[in-house]
Amino acid sequence: MAEIRSRLALLSQNLRYRAHVFPLPARSLVSWAEGLGLARGGKTILYTGHLYQLLPYLRVLREREQGLVRGKDWLSRLAPVLNPWINVSRLAILGREERRLQEYYTGVLRGVVKLLRKCGVEPGYLYEKEYYPGTLAYDLGLEGVFELQARRVVRAFREAGVRTIITVDPHSTALLREVYPQLFPDWDFEVRSYLEILFHQGRHLPLRGEEGVYLWHDSCVYVRYLGVVEEPREILKRAGLEIREPRFSREITRCCGGPAETLFPEKAGELARARMEELSTLGPGTVITLCPICHFNLRAVSGPDQRVEDFVRVLRLEE
Amino acid sequence: MIRLRPEWRKIFEARGRDLDARRCFNCGTCTTLCPLGLKVLPREIFRYALLGAEEKLRENREAIYACLLCRLCEVNCPQGVKITEVIRLLRVYLAEEDLEVRS
Ligand code: SF4
Ligand code: SF4
Repeated sequence: MAEIRSRLALLSQNLRYRAHVFPLPARSLVSWAEGLGLARGGKTILYTGHLYQLLPYLRVLREREQGLVRGKDWLSRLAPVLNPWINVSRLAILGREERRLQEYYTGVLRGVVKLLRKCGVEPGYLYEKEYYPGTLAYDLGLEGVFELQARRVVRAFREAGVRTIITVDPHSTALLREVYPQLFPDWDFEVRSYLEILFHQGRHLPLRGEEGVYLWHDSCVYVRYLGVVEEPREILKRAGLEIREPRFSREITRCCGGPAETLFPEKAGELARARMEELSTLGPGTVITLCPICHFNLRAVSGPDQRVEDFVRVLRLEE
Repeated sequence: MIRLRPEWRKIFEARGRDLDARRCFNCGTCTTLCPLGLKVLPREIFRYALLGAEEKLRENREAIYACLLCRLCEVNCPQGVKITEVIRLLRVYLAEEDLEVRS
């Protein structure tokens, strides 16, 4: 119980003073966009919500978690005490595996930009003026810091002259679409998921995919919060790929366990293993996920002969 | 003995929040479907919330924070209870207490 309290305090401190749940050097949040020539700001922007950038660091934290269980890791134990003075998350160093993951997620974000451009959409980007949307604070009931964060996010949108926000993950999409408008009476932004753009404006695209068997994992948030069910299936069909679905799919999809990661990492692992088992009853194949948290969590428990791929990474564009 | 404070709900109402659990008729569909398999989540928690059994809620803090907000229960609730919103509101309440920010 004390554990829950100290973690909530840590999150709350980070958001209040550093505008992030797990503050990272600014470069690690924006370096994915290097060389893409994305304009600074603009009417239509790509909003990453920081999840893809954050997850490799979460892996370090998870490792520390195990250290904590063994009682060996000094940083994990001292974090709640040190955090108000030193940004302890900056001390997290990526190992080889995390750097691979970082490269992979960079590929996802760059892939989204490529697809958007082919759909005729040239998005801007806010770079270091892009703030984390505050999802975790909202979900955990830390309303004060969540509101503080949401005001930062909206101020940055207004200052950059943004009208349309293109999102890449379901959690940020749901928050911006369902929660922000309740908080800001003058909210007049359009929030679109890249999946919706690809679905509506990408009918003509020469999409392809690697041949193989694909096992489908729906995201709870896309399906049950946002009603996004058919769009990604249809896009894969256009790319000539077929999917196999587990019994618990679509509206009754099973959670990957990811949301338990912050406070109950063991539970998160248990649920992810159960989901992977369910998916493996469909036979050997590549698991496709639509949400970075699902990807991260299912991948973490996958065996050496199991592949888990982000939706964007299985699509290819014929030149 | 459980101390009950039926007026407790008013804390939420005073902030313009509806503790939607009132519509729950205790059928148990949610608990059966929940992947966490915790006996108290979410139905029993709702009973404590409606009765204002604050200590019981504190005792079950772990379960309240463990909920994945996955809405598997919610889309199957015959009463259309906004289950995840109730859970989130209970967290708001507990977090304020934990972080001592409530006035
Ligand atoms: S499914 Fe709905 S009505 Fe049934 S116990 Fe759960 S919350 Fe109550
Ligand atoms: S939303 Fe929470 S209570 Fe409902 S099924 Fe998911 S984990 Fe269980």
